Amino acid sequence: MCLSDVRKGQRVHVSTIHDEAIRTHLIRFGICEGSPLECMEKIPFGPFVIKHNRQEIAIGREIAKKIVVQGGGVSCR
Amino acid sequence: MPLTQIHHHSAHTDRVAPADTLRIVLAGNPNVGKSVFFGYLTGLYVDVSNYPGTTVEISRGHMGETELLDTPGIYGVSSFNDEERVARDIVLEADVILNVVDAVHLERDLFLTQQLIDMGKPLVVALNFMDEVSKGGLQIDLDLLQDLLGVEVIPTTAVTHQGLDVVREALLRARTGRQDHALHSRLHEMLSVVGSQAEALLVLEGDPHVAERHGVAPGTEREALYIARRNRVNDIVQHVVRDLSSKTHFRETLGRAAVNPLTGIPIMALMLYAMYKVIGVWVAGDIVGITEETIMQGYYEPWVRKVVSAGIQPDSAAGRILIGEFGLLTMTVTYLLGLLLPLVIGFYLILSLMEDSGYLPRLATLVDRLMTSVGLNGRAVIPIILGFGCVQLGTITTRLLGTKREKSIATVLLNFAVPCSAQIGVIAGMLAAVGGGLVFLYVAVIFLVLAILGTVLNRVLPGESSALLLDLPPMRLPRVENVVRKTVTRAFFFMKEAYPWFFLGSFIVAVLQISGGLAIWERLLRPLTEGWLQIPKEAATAFVMGMVRRDFGAAGLTDLAMSPLQVVVSLIVITLFVPCIASLMILFKERGSREAFLIWGGSWVAAFLVGGIVAQLLM
Repeated sequence: MCLSDVRKGQRVHVSTIHDEAIRTHLIRFGICEGSPLECMEKIPFGPFVIKHNRQEIAIGREIAKKIVVQGGGVSCR
Repeated sequence: MPLTQIHHHSAHTDRVAPADTLRIVLAGNPNVGKSVFFGYLTGLYVDVSNYPGTTVEISRGHMGETELLDTPGIYGVSSFNDEERVARDIVLEADVILNVVDAVHLERDLFLTQQLIDMGKPLVVALNFMDEVSKGGLQIDLDLLQDLLGVEVIPTTAVTHQGLDVVREALLRARTGRQDHALHSRLHEMLSVVGSQAEALLVLEGDPHVAERHGVAPGTEREALYIARRNRVNDIVQHVVRDLSSKTHFRETLGRAAVNPLTGIPIMALMLYAMYKVIGVWVAGDIVGITEETIMQGYYEPWVRKVVSAGIQPDSAAGRILIGEFGLLTMTVTYLLGLLLPLVIGFYLILSLMEDSGYLPRLATLVDRLMTSVGLNGRAVIPIILGFGCVQLGTITTRLLGTKREKSIATVLLNFAVPCSAQIGVIAGMLAAVGGGLVFLYVAVIFLVLAILGTVLNRVLPGESSALLLDLPPMRLPRVENVVRKTVTRAFFFMKEAYPWFFLGSFIVAVLQISGGLAIWERLLRPLTEGWLQIPKEAATAFVMGMVRRDFGAAGLTDLAMSPLQVVVSLIVITLFVPCIASLMILFKERGSREAFLIWGGSWVAAFLVGGIVAQLLM
């Protein structure tokens, strides 16, 4: 499933990010394939607020659609 | 000592100091308190680039013999946007780097630290927000962190100046850190080609600009290098940080309430109401009453008229240009100092408070949905808010938007349908007199124009707008000292950039008035006002005045005998009508002559078309 399908409060981990630029940006924020995320807020039709460790990041819906996630969490590849 | 500020639009930076002075560069992620270090070390204050993506502003100062440069907040050294390109070039020129790191977000911040180490630059790490580390139940093994990075790490709490003197001493013994062995040998090969380790790294990481400068092909393994660095950083963090508590703090709860639509929308409404009270009522009413009427018109203008009249005939051409109705020394100076300055300070004060408290990025998140429907993202809330203060201010701030397309859309919306604070005052007064349903009509028409304009532009303009990707810093109580200094610096630089255009604008209008051009213009407009808009022909004068000062335009309508519906039609027209002449000058400068002409011409059409349709339908 995509990050855009995640429910509020759900914990997932990133499996693939289908966009090189976004992948690069997120690696710098500390998020890469394998990182655990928690969905803190889901604004109807709008962006997602996710939490990774202690950091909160707002991710636009268009970007969230490009992030494939799964339940659970492992470390970076 | 002058405080220099450079706006960079190109990828290349000029050297700003002679080659023989030692140069220390401050680098760090956004919101890490860099500017407090800068202020402390140089003894002069500088704009805090707190919100991720503020206009690229570079500050420099001196610390004894050495030169100190601030850079925009960045998450890594590369060239994804203007700020990064500017920061990259300044970092490349650095002799020593002071890397400010948020101790609470080590995992994020150390990516940049490790990259700077990989660049081979002598480095000192200031571990800031140490007070929040213990409060948040975190423990950091400083000795181990120092060993793993290979550079000196100094714990600080910048706002209370704790540890800053230690940082100052440590800068003199800054050293290069520990690099990955595999990367080291890769760098060695590239080093022989480009000459510096820092540039060698950026070429390997595929930076197109740096590669081009050296005439080599950019590397293709950025992602592999980034992932290796990310893993190394995660490994370091795992070894040095211990998380002892997981309880939720009040400020986290508050931060979440600000983005949850259920609580966030009431909070936003409260913020807007507070803003209206502070700026609309207090600054625009009470303060401007004193500065514009009492001080400028009461004391300054009579004085300057007397002084000038001693040498120049008041009714000569020169006299009218200097001290006449639109005089450069009378009206323009009064407008700039008596009206614009207090409003600009008011708006920057609110913006700085929202920024330093961490509310601004949350507001951007909350309104993102609304903004995407007109081809913008949440970040555009900043130029739009500032546009309500002064359209010029908003237009200049569109620089922080991601793409040219977004800059164009935001500029069009600002110049067409956002009334500036000077105008809002007069408009609100007139609307209060007509009351009820007609106020709703006015607001609905303006919003409809905004929505239609934005939607159409979003469809028609080529390219794609960037989506929101925003780091939400923790909510923090703003420091009065920081907010005040930031407001003053920003207001100063805005006024410095804006004032020549006001003088030029007034000069053009004064010449038009003396030569009779203004009267011709008014006559030309009359058929349009009486026939099509069905309002008194004298309104044409008000529209022309609106080109000098937007509030003059609105004020010119107050004296006309009009029915409530006529009042609303004329207010719709004056709101949508062309920006004041000073804003037009900034429009040309920021967006180029073709786009500026289109916007200017378009607002004539939009104002009379929309006003006319309302008049024809309802009268």
